[in-house]
Amino acid sequence: MGSRWTGMFSSFLFLAVPVLGVATFAVAPAFNIWLPKDVSSHGATIDSLFMFILILTGIVFVITEGLLFWFLWKYDAAKATGPATYVHGNHTLEVMWTVIPAGVLLFLAIYQMNTWANVKMRRPAMAPTLEVVGRQFEWRLRYPGRDGTLGTPDDLFLVNDLHVPVDEDILIQLKSMDVLHSFFLPNLRVKQDAVPGMKIPVWFKATQTGQFDIVCAELCGWGHYKMAGQITIESRKDFNAWLESMYAKQEATQPEPAAVALAQ
Amino acid sequence: MATATSSSTLVTGSALAVSPNRPAPKPRPVMEFLSTYVFSKDHKVIGLQFLFSTLLWFLIGGLLALAVRWQIAWPWSDVPVLGKLFAQQGGQMAPEFYTMLFTMHATVMIFLVIIPILAGAFGNFLIPLMIGADDMAFPTLNMLSYWFMWPAFLFFGASFFVEGGAASSGWTSYPPLSTNVAAAPGSGWGQTLWLLGLTMVGVSSMLGSVNYMTTIILMRAPGMTMFRLPMTIWAMFITAVLQAFALPVLTAAGFMQLADRTIGTGFFSPEGNMVNNALTSTGGGQPLLWQHLFWFYSHPAVYIMILPAMGMVSDIMTCFARKPLFGYRPMVYSIAGIAGLGFIVWGHHMFISGMNPALGMTFMVSTMMIALPSAVKTFNWLGTVWGGRIQFTTAMLFALSFVSMFIIGGLSGIFMAATPVDIFIHDTYFIVAHFHYVLFAGTAMGVWAAIYFWFPKMFGRTMNEFWGKAHFFLTFIFLNGTFFTMHILGAVGFPRRLADAYHYETFHHLQPLNAFMTWCAIGMVASQIIFAINFFWSMFFGPIAGRNPWRANGLEWAAPSPPGHGNFDFQPVVYRGPYEYSVPGADKDYLMQTDPPNAAAAALAAAP
Repeated sequence: MGSRWTGMFSSFLFLAVPVLGVATFAVAPAFNIWLPKDVSSHGATIDSLFMFILILTGIVFVITEGLLFWFLWKYDAAKATGPATYVHGNHTLEVMWTVIPAGVLLFLAIYQMNTWANVKMRRPAMAPTLEVVGRQFEWRLRYPGRDGTLGTPDDLFLVNDLHVPVDEDILIQLKSMDVLHSFFLPNLRVKQDAVPGMKIPVWFKATQTGQFDIVCAELCGWGHYKMAGQITIESRKDFNAWLESMYAKQEATQPEPAAVALAQ
Repeated sequence: MATATSSSTLVTGSALAVSPNRPAPKPRPVMEFLSTYVFSKDHKVIGLQFLFSTLLWFLIGGLLALAVRWQIAWPWSDVPVLGKLFAQQGGQMAPEFYTMLFTMHATVMIFLVIIPILAGAFGNFLIPLMIGADDMAFPTLNMLSYWFMWPAFLFFGASFFVEGGAASSGWTSYPPLSTNVAAAPGSGWGQTLWLLGLTMVGVSSMLGSVNYMTTIILMRAPGMTMFRLPMTIWAMFITAVLQAFALPVLTAAGFMQLADRTIGTGFFSPEGNMVNNALTSTGGGQPLLWQHLFWFYSHPAVYIMILPAMGMVSDIMTCFARKPLFGYRPMVYSIAGIAGLGFIVWGHHMFISGMNPALGMTFMVSTMMIALPSAVKTFNWLGTVWGGRIQFTTAMLFALSFVSMFIIGGLSGIFMAATPVDIFIHDTYFIVAHFHYVLFAGTAMGVWAAIYFWFPKMFGRTMNEFWGKAHFFLTFIFLNGTFFTMHILGAVGFPRRLADAYHYETFHHLQPLNAFMTWCAIGMVASQIIFAINFFWSMFFGPIAGRNPWRANGLEWAAPSPPGHGNFDFQPVVYRGPYEYSVPGADKDYLMQTDPPNAAAAALAAAP
């Protein structure tokens, strides 16, 4: 059934899967279609974990797809002579290909626990740097005022324009006013859903200055695509200057602090 | 249970001898037509009804996908054809229309195509034939399981035309976006109809799964022990168990969300939740509760959507490798393992949802471990091909591509299982690549393998091999062009469900790649024209197949093609497992499950 030509062509088609698959991943970084620049202190461990899994799965991918090609090539009924091998399995092989992957997977699971704990569980002991509140379709930011505490009348309110100092622990209190959002900073390897009714801590430390995207990564309605913000990472000096200019701007339009006591 | 009883009398007694076909009833044109082809209780007719309905929805789901791809490749440009149909902004797609498109694409593909085509179409058609029964245990329930799909079709179909359009909060329907009527245009009537449709699909699946379990346990032919069942039946059986235990949770959650929307309960919304200046009902609930309940069903549902395809592919591969299945019992145990572990991994959809991160650790370990049975299955498939005599039929090519593509889909799952990596790739195109490799490149390719393989049994004719291969090659190439590139898109962090991501600095250089993927998607959908023509042409003009065109072992191949009512024109008796190909010393390279061991035994079996 089927000519040798069909078998050869089909085998090569299946060989093309690992060849082009590996090629795609090899070429992608040259076109900048790859992990975006990382400017966080914890991002390197996430990226290296990604690369580690990529290499590990890449090896399994090439071996299994390669074997599939080789078996199709070699055991094509139009080419191989004699009857098929009459065998129902092999106990040793079954044990081997159960135990070895089990060990590898368990190793992977345990290996990454520390990174996860660092990023999501070991929250720095400090007062929140600011509060970020998701809302259809913008990021509302609330910085503490000159008194340094959140939730007082001199708090600073901004939209979509997040500034943080470089090389310092940043602790964000993440909230949502309406539906689910997800606070995604691709260059800082940060992503956390904002859930109405919950106050979720998010922390990171930026290692380089620059301006980067804030993306909403959880469907929040028709305008989800445009729920964009910008994070500006700057030196402590620039950050202080920016903060001061914002305070000054706010105070210029504000009555004396005593008159706003009702705000809290 | 009348049928079950009659079959068990067949089992015990004299009916082992060949019995003639049932006499044809007197013609009563209209009623006869209705009861034979419309409100039929024959599992084969019901299976074909499911098949035709789901293939039609497959087409609709595919066109929805094309519209989604159009917007991603060329945002805000005039949409051909569809743009004129839904002209909102001069042929240009509105962002709320885009959210509706991907919501309904996933809804249609999951609930109206994959689940019903596997369990409904192939489960129905194959289970009685492959276990040697004359029909399902509960034929009326079986008929109802199909007819409960129709309210679902109507609810989902009608939702496109209500004010605000169909549901647009994603197929996961996360509250409060889905519970607050003001949250999105599609969160009005569209969302209510979506929930009602989902409930009806659930009723249909539940009726089916009860029936499959009962049939497989009680109605196997004499000699058909559990460990002589083909993998297809094992997979269908375990899928039915999964459905029966997971589905009630989704149904209950669906009703809770319906109540939140209509009668003012507050299961899923926190106190005082305002969306778009409208208060969400009572409040006092938790949005995460819905996610837990939804994924408690929908993660096992992922396996409901792949296990039957795995089973069918195993049967097809053994037939065209002319070789016994490598590691039959490990294959059965790994399906059971997937099903068992499948219940304790749902949290991996929620790593960054705000769920306690400590829980993320346990879900990560269980998720890593569920990769193991999948790996075992892959190795055993490779073992099956090894040393075979491979016949490259269309069905075999699709089955092989299932294995090849499932390797990709399985391996890419490990990235998401790794919690720290998931932080970055969660809700990006990496996950979109992953589940399309499992569900399209895996399940859909498996379904095509099954269609080409069992078509002769369904219609008595074989499909055209040349055009079948053309269909395979084009689909295979285009699907990889569409979906493989999604991995590297995901590596950039390109988020899913964005109507236009190019205004972000990080993503604005990705448009050419997306345009390439859209061209591949168009090619992929266009290639299905070949399939559609081949399918309908072969139904009427294909070469007559005979009982066993593939020289396969399964019981279904001992029945006439197509089988009449009652399936077998003799009482099948099973003497061996389903994978006895190329047995040394046998006079042919296959031994059917019904072939008697030797003449003496045959005489014994035939004796009254």
